[in-house]
Amino acid sequence: MSGQAVSLCDVRKNFGATEIIRGVTLNIAQGERHAIIGPNGAGKTTLFNLISGRFPITSGEIALNDTRIDTMPPHQINRMGLSRSFQITSIFHKLTVFENLRCGLLWSMGYRYSFWSPLWRQKALNEKAEFLMEDLNLASRANTPAGLLSYAEQRALEIGMTIAGGASVILLDEPTAGMSNTETDYAMDLIRRVTQGKTLLMVEHDMKVVFDLADTVTVLVYGQVIASGPPVTVRASRAVQEAYLGALEE
Amino acid sequence: MSDAARSIPMATPRRAGSAMTWLWVLGLVLAIALPWCFYDFAKARHSGFMISMFSQAGMMIIFALSYNMLMGQAGLLSFCHAVFFGFGGYVVIHALTGASNGSFPIPMELMPLAGGLAGLILAIIFGYMATKQRATAFAMITLGIGELMATAALMFQHFFGGEGGITSDRMIDRSLFGLSYAQSIEVYYLIVFWTMVSVIGMYFLTQTPLGRMANACRDNFERAQFVGYDPKIVRFIQFALSGLFAGMGGALYAIAYEIVTFDSMAGPLSANALLMAYIGGTTVFGGPILGAVLITVLQSGVSLLSNSWLVYVGVLFITMVTFVPEGLAGIIMAHGPIRKAGKLGKLAVPYVRILVPGFILVLGFVALVELVSFQTIGAAQGKKLVLFGNPIDIASNIPWAVAIGGLIIGGIWLRFESIVFGRVWDEITAELKRAEART
Repeated sequence: MSGQAVSLCDVRKNFGATEIIRGVTLNIAQGERHAIIGPNGAGKTTLFNLISGRFPITSGEIALNDTRIDTMPPHQINRMGLSRSFQITSIFHKLTVFENLRCGLLWSMGYRYSFWSPLWRQKALNEKAEFLMEDLNLASRANTPAGLLSYAEQRALEIGMTIAGGASVILLDEPTAGMSNTETDYAMDLIRRVTQGKTLLMVEHDMKVVFDLADTVTVLVYGQVIASGPPVTVRASRAVQEAYLGALEE
Repeated sequence: MSDAARSIPMATPRRAGSAMTWLWVLGLVLAIALPWCFYDFAKARHSGFMISMFSQAGMMIIFALSYNMLMGQAGLLSFCHAVFFGFGGYVVIHALTGASNGSFPIPMELMPLAGGLAGLILAIIFGYMATKQRATAFAMITLGIGELMATAALMFQHFFGGEGGITSDRMIDRSLFGLSYAQSIEVYYLIVFWTMVSVIGMYFLTQTPLGRMANACRDNFERAQFVGYDPKIVRFIQFALSGLFAGMGGALYAIAYEIVTFDSMAGPLSANALLMAYIGGTTVFGGPILGAVLITVLQSGVSLLSNSWLVYVGVLFITMVTFVPEGLAGIIMAHGPIRKAGKLGKLAVPYVRILVPGFILVLGFVALVELVSFQTIGAAQGKKLVLFGNPIDIASNIPWAVAIGGLIIGGIWLRFESIVFGRVWDEITAELKRAEART
């Protein structure tokens, strides 16, 4: 499985006696745009939590660029080039938009735990944060505390924080959840722009987004992969239609 | 990026920043000039009471600000902050003794560094235990550390001197400027200098990657992990550095009083740090300074006038937590945008209308507390309640009726006026928001 950006091998996760992820094997190639779909409770977000190190796995193996990451804490996985967003917006509420993005940049720019370098003097850092803000269309909100942004703006900031550190593998957990059509179109455009050349793995409910954005779709049902392949093939698969899409078309 | 887009959001804080700078300069000038406002020219000497109060305020400013490095900036509720303050004090008492007998030859001006170093080392040890946790578990561990050290101070008499504490003499005859520090005004200026250094140092820390990530971990420790930071290490470094500054505050305490007892390490002082930071305002960097000054004035001033000053501090704290959780500095900052829009005048009348019943309420409350206090403690001390030279008979019904009447009338009236005030305030802020939306 060498050369894969992310590879999962027979990954299992129990919460108490309940097995939520029941042996998932998944390979995501460099530069691939991979969507994970599945009905509610299929374990999509749990899978994300396992890959990003938020929860420890029960058994199996997870590798990022051929290095095992399943025993690492989240911050180490992040430093190795994997970044994620959250389904429920996870930002620094009391900090301004500018500060949020700057926090997203700090580690990747080598500042570590520095308590001797004043932030206002870090020209490259501040320019990069401003550039990101422009990119996210949030420049006019630079000094607004993130907690006071509108929902769509917070989602944009969430995506911005996720890509800020320059990770090569991006995990997006329902980036367009709760958005209007216009907002969804805008978010999709944003995602396409900021993840260029990166490996993208996302959980999504909106089928339009999935079929527009993804090269490969994996269908997860009750913690197991029932189909994986190009969107057209997956859409045609009987098993998938029964388990998932069928329910939607009724 | 278009110039317009960049200049709008960036210009505002810079202007606010320069106004802030002037405020800091004003504070420093005030600190230098204040003792001379109470100088007795006839007898050519300083007011000892005032100097000791200002000195106390200086060290409490350092103490409260260093506490807020945990509470306000990192979201950590610590109950053992006095441990680092007190330990810095103990070490400096020993250092002073060492300096005068020649075994520790460092000048007086640098003594606070010894205290700071002591605080830092202790905070590294205890921080290693406490900062593995956050939230409630962290608070519990610090509570334990506080008790542990207060007990240790009583047990290890060689170093801590037991209940009597340890004393030394600050006239060590070692100074960079040839000062003897025989006069308290000299000590006061030493305190002003080190308070200034500490305030600048702590402000600087808020503007570094560590300081910013401490805020980030406070807001959302999980997200902090997913941008590459280990919140435990952020907490640990922040804790250690706050111990450094607390130790410097304790050093000044040791120099000013020449005695350190276990009280300076015990729980009540840790609680005082919380009180000062909270009343002053934890969300604004300078907030704890206001709290430290206010509490010090209450402690030194009101305690002379009344036996029940602690009751007032307690009620003030509860009032602040209930009605103004953002503290004094938070109230002041909330007026910023209104002042900028030139609408502060609109608040003048509502403020007067709220202050009148507020004053009556406070008077009624104070009168009631004092009446009760004079019936118990005052009677035991054989004191008599005297108001404007007129002795007041606490056995008669009239003063009680006036006090309770003031409390009730003031309370109801204040409630009514605060609704009116709230309406005016909301109107103004809504207007500002509309104006902002237009631009």
